[in-house]
Amino acid sequence: MSILAAAVPADYEAPGVSDFWQPLIGSGSTAITRACFVAVISVALIAWFLLATTKKKALVPGKGQMATEAVYGLVRNGVARDLIGSKEFLRFVPLLFTFFMFILVNNLFGVLPPFQFPTMSRIGFPIGLALISWITFHVVGFRKHGFVGYWKSLVPSGLPGWIVPVIFFLELITDLFTRPVTLALRLFGNMFAGHILIVLFITGGWYMLTSGGILLPAAGAVTWIFGFVMTLFELLVEFLQAYVFTLLTALYIAGAVADEH
Amino acid sequence: MTGNIAILGYGLSAIGPGIGVGLIFAAYINGVARQPEARGMLQPIAFLGMAITEALAIFGIALAFVFRG
Repeated sequence: MSILAAAVPADYEAPGVSDFWQPLIGSGSTAITRACFVAVISVALIAWFLLATTKKKALVPGKGQMATEAVYGLVRNGVARDLIGSKEFLRFVPLLFTFFMFILVNNLFGVLPPFQFPTMSRIGFPIGLALISWITFHVVGFRKHGFVGYWKSLVPSGLPGWIVPVIFFLELITDLFTRPVTLALRLFGNMFAGHILIVLFITGGWYMLTSGGILLPAAGAVTWIFGFVMTLFELLVEFLQAYVFTLLTALYIAGAVADEH
Repeated sequence: MTGNIAILGYGLSAIGPGIGVGLIFAAYINGVARQPEARGMLQPIAFLGMAITEALAIFGIALAFVFRG
């Protein structure tokens, strides 16, 4: 392994954080980047797909309607109804479905040509989504329990008195800080690291393939096979991250609307 | 050899949450295998546990970027 490492010339540039900054129009903080562009296309594509597949609602669904119904059923029954409960889940389904579709399509654009850029690898997009989720579950909690009652509902009842402040403090940190930060960073980290890994495998493999000799091109071929495997793995992770984000948002909402903590 | 010690630190900080997430899902699979009808009840608990455990690794990667130097 050390022979290989020594044989790779120093002029190979590994992909880094700066590769994800790709302004298309303008520059600086007002630039329209590739991520913005992909996000807009994804919204247009989702809107078109959903309208096209649900315009003619047939009793015996076609392929498109079947796909839409499967995804909607997953979010509505598998996530919202199971977690929030059959009494109040219906008003949160639009939000959860939007989260799921938007994140899923944007994540899939990370490996699908011609886009091949995961929107969520720019930290601004996950922060926006996490903020929407964060504001939603707090507002829902305030409406349900009242301002003071919501903070009271953070602490489970039946605890001995001396431990209540400690638990309240921990729950407060979790509620105000840990939940939104981890929601945003989990999505960002997975997309960013996964994409950088694929880019590393592909560009590194290409470099080794074209560097001459016998051993290095052979290693490059293996690297490319691994790049292909990692792309398949990325597809799984992308779906899983969209699901986890939706699931956790539903869980937090469920915690806010729960009668007894 | 050049590089950044923060990345090494992140690798170390990912060990604990990695084991933790593994334990959580091992317990979840065990539970569902023993009692398949309890899946709906166990799933949110498993994912909430995963979210809390994974938070440590996520703070690790944030700090690796912050203390890049």
